[in-house]
Amino acid sequence: MRALDRKLFRDLSALKGQAAAIAAVIASGVMTLIIAVSTMDALSLTQQRFYQEHHFADVFADLKRAPDSLTERLREIPGVNQVETRVQAAVRLEVPGFADPVRALLLSIPDGRQPLLNQLHLREGRLPDSSRSDEVAISDAFAEAHGLRAGDALRVIINGRMTTLRVSGVVLSPEFIYQIAPTDLLPDYERYGILWMNRRALAHAYGMDGAFNNVVVSLQAGASVAAVIDHLDRRLARYGGVGAYGREDQSSHRFLHEELRQLRAQAAILPTIFLLVSAFLLNVVMGRIIRSQREQVAVLKAFGYRNRDIAAHYGMLTGLIVLAGCVLGVALGVWAGTHLAAMYTEYFRFPELRFRLQAWVLVLAVAVAAGAAMLGTLRSVWRSVSLPPAEAMRPEPPARFRRSALERIVPNRWLDQGTRIILRNLGRHPVKAGLSVLGIAMSVGLLVMGAYQLHAVDYMLDTQYRLVLRMDVDLTFTDPTPARVVSELRHQPGVLGVETYRSAPVRLLAGHREYRTAILGLEERPRLRQLLDVRNQPQRLPPDGLLLTEYLARDLGLEVGDSVQVEVLEGHRRVVRLPLVGVVEEPLGVSAYMRRDALNRMLREGPVVSGAWLLVDRSLEPALFDRLRDLPGVAGIGMIADAERNIREYMGDTILMFALVFVLLAGSIAFAVVYNNARIALAERARELATLQVLGYSRAEVSAILVGEIMALTVVALPVGWAIGTGFAWALNQAFSMDMFRIPLVLTPGAYGFATAAVLGASAVAAVLVVRRLHRLDKISVLKAVE
Amino acid sequence: MAARTDRPAESRVSKTVVFETRNLTKTYRMGEVEIHALRGVDIDLYAGELVVMLGASGSGKSTLLNIMGGLDTATGGRVRYRDQDLTRASDTALTEFRRDHVGFVFQFYNLIASLTARENVAIVTDISRDPMTPEEALGLVGLEDRMDHFPSQLSGGEQQRVAIARAIAKQPAVLLCDEPTGALDSKTGIRVLEALEHINRELQTTVAIITHNEVIGEMADRVVRLHDGRVADIHVNARRCAPAELHW
Repeated sequence: MRALDRKLFRDLSALKGQAAAIAAVIASGVMTLIIAVSTMDALSLTQQRFYQEHHFADVFADLKRAPDSLTERLREIPGVNQVETRVQAAVRLEVPGFADPVRALLLSIPDGRQPLLNQLHLREGRLPDSSRSDEVAISDAFAEAHGLRAGDALRVIINGRMTTLRVSGVVLSPEFIYQIAPTDLLPDYERYGILWMNRRALAHAYGMDGAFNNVVVSLQAGASVAAVIDHLDRRLARYGGVGAYGREDQSSHRFLHEELRQLRAQAAILPTIFLLVSAFLLNVVMGRIIRSQREQVAVLKAFGYRNRDIAAHYGMLTGLIVLAGCVLGVALGVWAGTHLAAMYTEYFRFPELRFRLQAWVLVLAVAVAAGAAMLGTLRSVWRSVSLPPAEAMRPEPPARFRRSALERIVPNRWLDQGTRIILRNLGRHPVKAGLSVLGIAMSVGLLVMGAYQLHAVDYMLDTQYRLVLRMDVDLTFTDPTPARVVSELRHQPGVLGVETYRSAPVRLLAGHREYRTAILGLEERPRLRQLLDVRNQPQRLPPDGLLLTEYLARDLGLEVGDSVQVEVLEGHRRVVRLPLVGVVEEPLGVSAYMRRDALNRMLREGPVVSGAWLLVDRSLEPALFDRLRDLPGVAGIGMIADAERNIREYMGDTILMFALVFVLLAGSIAFAVVYNNARIALAERARELATLQVLGYSRAEVSAILVGEIMALTVVALPVGWAIGTGFAWALNQAFSMDMFRIPLVLTPGAYGFATAAVLGASAVAAVLVVRRLHRLDKISVLKAVE
Repeated sequence: MAARTDRPAESRVSKTVVFETRNLTKTYRMGEVEIHALRGVDIDLYAGELVVMLGASGSGKSTLLNIMGGLDTATGGRVRYRDQDLTRASDTALTEFRRDHVGFVFQFYNLIASLTARENVAIVTDISRDPMTPEEALGLVGLEDRMDHFPSQLSGGEQQRVAIARAIAKQPAVLLCDEPTGALDSKTGIRVLEALEHINRELQTTVAIITHNEVIGEMADRVVRLHDGRVADIHVNARRCAPAELHW
């Protein structure tokens, strides 16, 4: 090994603490990059492949009932490739050994065959036998939640009649990658399932022989989705069509799409932050190393080493740190990525979703890390080699000091010599001090953002489940039911309160923007389903006009006072214009609201309701459910506590997990920045501090000068960091605003306090380590050495 | 001019001019102060001679040595090494010049603390065309037994001898020494000078020693005195004293 290479390894081993800190930050950047890019890549690739191989439809439409003869006319619509008509029904079912009410969607497949579109992927067993009318294939998430296998029995209420069905197989469908009940935000595999049954048997049970109530369509290449939707709507209108929609409004596709969008934002933001910080750290540390080796560089040059030899030498030093960071980052990235992929398969049901580290991702991660590192090192290397050796060997010129600005303000007698040294040291290198402040501030900012996430998610869910959704049970009826059902419900066991609502699917249009949702018709002052205003206070519904979730109003570009076109997607399919009379603050989901009586009038119907919310005595729940299950008109029984638990789990798995990792990483950055700063301060001032000790300063007094400098930088950095953190939180709030949920921008003093405490803690640890080093310093040799 | 006529007396010194400077000037800034280090220096060094350059602190002797060694460039005038003009040489050319022809010894040794004695010498032999082995070089300065010690485990004199071994290992034509005994006590200093004298005698290396110690002049072929950036006087010794005869 060449002597210069030996020097490299010995230098590296002398720097191991600092090098490890930088490598850890690089590793964080590489890890987040690999996780985000690989997960995004795996998800979108798997999605594409699944869609393609199983012929996922492009357009979807529900209707009341149309004869099979219509199929041929639908096929003639320009741009349409294939048409698959289906019979579907919402059913309730009982799973042996599971007490809670379970809902399911029963979908037809051609007798014993795969459909043309939305084909099923068999996990286990087979499709229902063409000759059997009592077999169903079930979705794998539902099967998994209940431990159901092929051959097991299910009791399903089909058209009011309890029927026993046998599971023929377990399947996956591109239509239900994200398997979610129509009104839910999150999958609940125990309480909602998808069942596929032979068309003839299903149609017969619902009196739909020779007819269909759902159709899916695939398009020819280049065909316009909007045009086909228009055609479909016109042809299905007289058959009770409720509006066709494309993939972007198909719930499974939409959620997957949102998830990919989020990952894309993460892939861009997080690694950038980490790698910028590591570039900054490398800049500071390499600058210090090279400055401290000023004479060594000069000697090497004196003996004929070329600039490129020396540049390569220090480049290698950086390279080794980067290499260590990359190796660690890739290892962590693969480990975390594998776990994350496993977690995603919980929420997104693909035939397989495997984490794979593609060569290009690896190259990208290493190139970005190396680029950031070189950015940090090049300047220092360039400065060192461009110095003529004779000049490098002369002691550095006495630094230019002057009285700092603060000294001019603060009376002289208030400052002791130690404070003066600190102030002038900082004032001498304003750029360096500024960068250090920025580095520490960055980590404060990251911590504020992490703490914000941890807190805001809780705040969001508390708002939703304590202030907005105050009911215990959500009942949905199969058909609009007279409002007087209230009195019947009130007499059920354990029912403490009842409130009814009317819900109608609509398409909202404002300018060229549109959105499909449901209008919820409520009492004037709903108590079990509150509509909050900006101050989180419940608001009253005015007698007329529409209210929208604030996010939806903004999305549609509407302000209070504007008018909205409302296309009702059921019944008479009326199109009306309504004024926007208010906005509703709610963190989860988006919806439209109006008074129930107004909605009934708009729908040209009497006082009917679509469902009811109950407040119940939890101890009487089993008895209540027994009764509710026997009520003929009840389509679904939703338990709010279950939904809440589900969403908390989901948030814990995804966002909070990220936030926690984030806080840890931000903490390590804080430590790396402060510790490196302190080590550099020590190296640069060892001689000065030793001199002071020789002159009779105590250890404590000398330590105070060093620690004072560290703390001064930290204290200045704190408010800057709070500001940066507020900015980060705002950016995150924007990135995480979507239909499903919006994390509110609530920054509590606690978040700032947490970040402050963490960074002060990291500074204190760094200070202790450096002071210990200072005390171990051999004063005599330091004084003897040339500067 | 005096510089051209005052040749070394002893016949073993050739008449070949190794270094030639004419009207050499150098100014540089140190912090906020402008320093005129050289104000017009004319001097010739001959192959195989041992020259001692004397001068007080600030007389310009280090600057002169640095420019001759290609560590620094002049502000004005001319400097030649044999038939190579160093005055306007590029950074690359100066690097090659140092690599092939010059060995340096510095007052504070400038050893690399993270490398052992042997490795400190190897750092030069690694890049030389026809070097001796680090062991041979350390043998020449009497450090065969201390080769695997780090600088921090060596005395000042030993460190300086490692520096000399490092300088001579590539068998340079010229050895330029800047206050080689400046940081040493007299007994150790004499051992270092003996090493230098030995190299000069055995390998016919041209040796230039900078010092402010008058006594060292007695071991030289010629003594050049610098004052305030100019050559004040050149003296040819009739006889070179052995370093062991020196006292200070």
